[in-house]
Amino acid sequence: MIRIANGQGFWGDWLEAPVRLVEQGPIDYLALDYLAEVTMSILQKQRQADPALGYARDFPPLIARLADAIRERGVRVIANAGGVNPVACAREVVRLAPGLKVAVVLGDDVFARLDEFLAKGYELRDMDTGEPIATVRDRIQSANAYIGAFPLAEALATGAHVVIAGRSTDTALTLAPMVHRFGWQPDDFDKLAAGTIAGHIIECGAQSTGGNCQVDWQTIPDMANVGYPIVEAEADGSFVVTKHPAAGGRVSVHSVKEQLLYELGDPRHYITPDCVADFTSIHLAEAGPDRVRVSGVRGGPRPPTLKLSISYTDGWKAVGTLVYSWPQAIEKARAADLIVRQRLAGLGLQFDEIHTEFFGVNACLGPAAPPNPDPPEVQLRIGVRGGNKKAVDRFTRELIPLVLNGPPGATGFGEGRPPVREIMAYWPALVPREEIVTRVEVIES
Amino acid sequence: MKQNVPLAKIAHTRSGDKGDTCNIGVIAYDESDYPILLREVTTARVKQHFGALVKGEVERFELPNLGALNFLLHGALGGGGTVSLRTDAQGKTFGAALLSLEIDISR
Repeated sequence: MIRIANGQGFWGDWLEAPVRLVEQGPIDYLALDYLAEVTMSILQKQRQADPALGYARDFPPLIARLADAIRERGVRVIANAGGVNPVACAREVVRLAPGLKVAVVLGDDVFARLDEFLAKGYELRDMDTGEPIATVRDRIQSANAYIGAFPLAEALATGAHVVIAGRSTDTALTLAPMVHRFGWQPDDFDKLAAGTIAGHIIECGAQSTGGNCQVDWQTIPDMANVGYPIVEAEADGSFVVTKHPAAGGRVSVHSVKEQLLYELGDPRHYITPDCVADFTSIHLAEAGPDRVRVSGVRGGPRPPTLKLSISYTDGWKAVGTLVYSWPQAIEKARAADLIVRQRLAGLGLQFDEIHTEFFGVNACLGPAAPPNPDPPEVQLRIGVRGGNKKAVDRFTRELIPLVLNGPPGATGFGEGRPPVREIMAYWPALVPREEIVTRVEVIES
Repeated sequence: MKQNVPLAKIAHTRSGDKGDTCNIGVIAYDESDYPILLREVTTARVKQHFGALVKGEVERFELPNLGALNFLLHGALGGGGTVSLRTDAQGKTFGAALLSLEIDISR
């Protein structure tokens, strides 16, 4: 049996979580997931500004904090913290934590190969809209292939303390130690599917151990000290989801089911670079306090294609707010919204979209929100987006004047004018998997 | 005899995003209530519940092994991800919103 924990569900997750995981009980492998769909484009911009950047900057200092546990207790770390510059990330790790051996998985970054792909006739159509990528070619900022568990397992085989990847899938971080330790092969479909589902359950950190859990949420103990998830994996593909007993939170069939359904598409075809997992084959059972046994998982062969994560610039946006107080807070906010729209039109400004929400009334749920006819206050929230940066910038000057020249009772403008942000949009596409050749590089101080 | 209650009485949910599509997992507290979910929580009723918030189709997938349904609400997130101007661009609150759906729990 091997214990694999996840200590980071996204870049910006709780900094203490991975430290608690190594301090509060035994684990063999610590997986850390840093990349969301648009993170790569942000990192690409950082590398353009400074060739030594472009990775998750929280990661090297974290490894320095964990260095004693890594050296003395043999905890091994697997992270997709490398972003678009995994070698720079690895060098910073060995600088801050001398003596550690770091293996880097390379080959996911295909930004420089896009024209080669197009010349070969791959149209890289948007998997959602079907549009060919030629329509946004000149605005692409980053392009990475999602890579699976086998390249990461190859990196573990070097004996490295820390494995750093770029755009590996979230689930591969958990599956890789199983492939490495149990010797699973690419045609062990059911086992790979089981390890993939283990990865899905723990990839969002505490979302499987009581975080964001609807079931009896008021009674989940000690959430201030919530334990992040641990998978106790067996060579036959069965596993138990748990947490350290000393940590807070709750692992139950309910908490695991909620996470299984999170960001799920077709449950029979959960496609990864390693296999296609069937979520309708999962069997769950309570196996003691804060322990859920998962078994019975079936899967099918890996697909002939790999998915690319491509980002491109898609105009500008800004979102501004103003608060209206009781009485008639909603009516005042609605009147102010109409005034802003009239003034923008009067200036001749064009936008792709103007979107208004009334915070406290309908911000989250729009027309599906329950009625709230006389709230004590309402925050007017107006957003615009479009291809003309100047128009978006001009919009940001149209809210604060309403404090003096609009309906009565406006406040909450202390933050000043909202920032104008460039929109980085996401373009998922497929390439034949043989185009993506990974390799492992070992870096030591 | 009809016995109308909010969905919250027999199920819990979790929602999230994939681009401009929101997914909602609907999970029966008691797996023996799964047939009620199957009968009552239809794509048409989910589409109607969210009204103009969902521009595209609603799809439903069945997970009898978990006593759960998975819904995909296409065109529900104002463009999704970083493009969306919505507060809830990731559809995090859609699951809880579905819990107010009135269902008939008579067998």
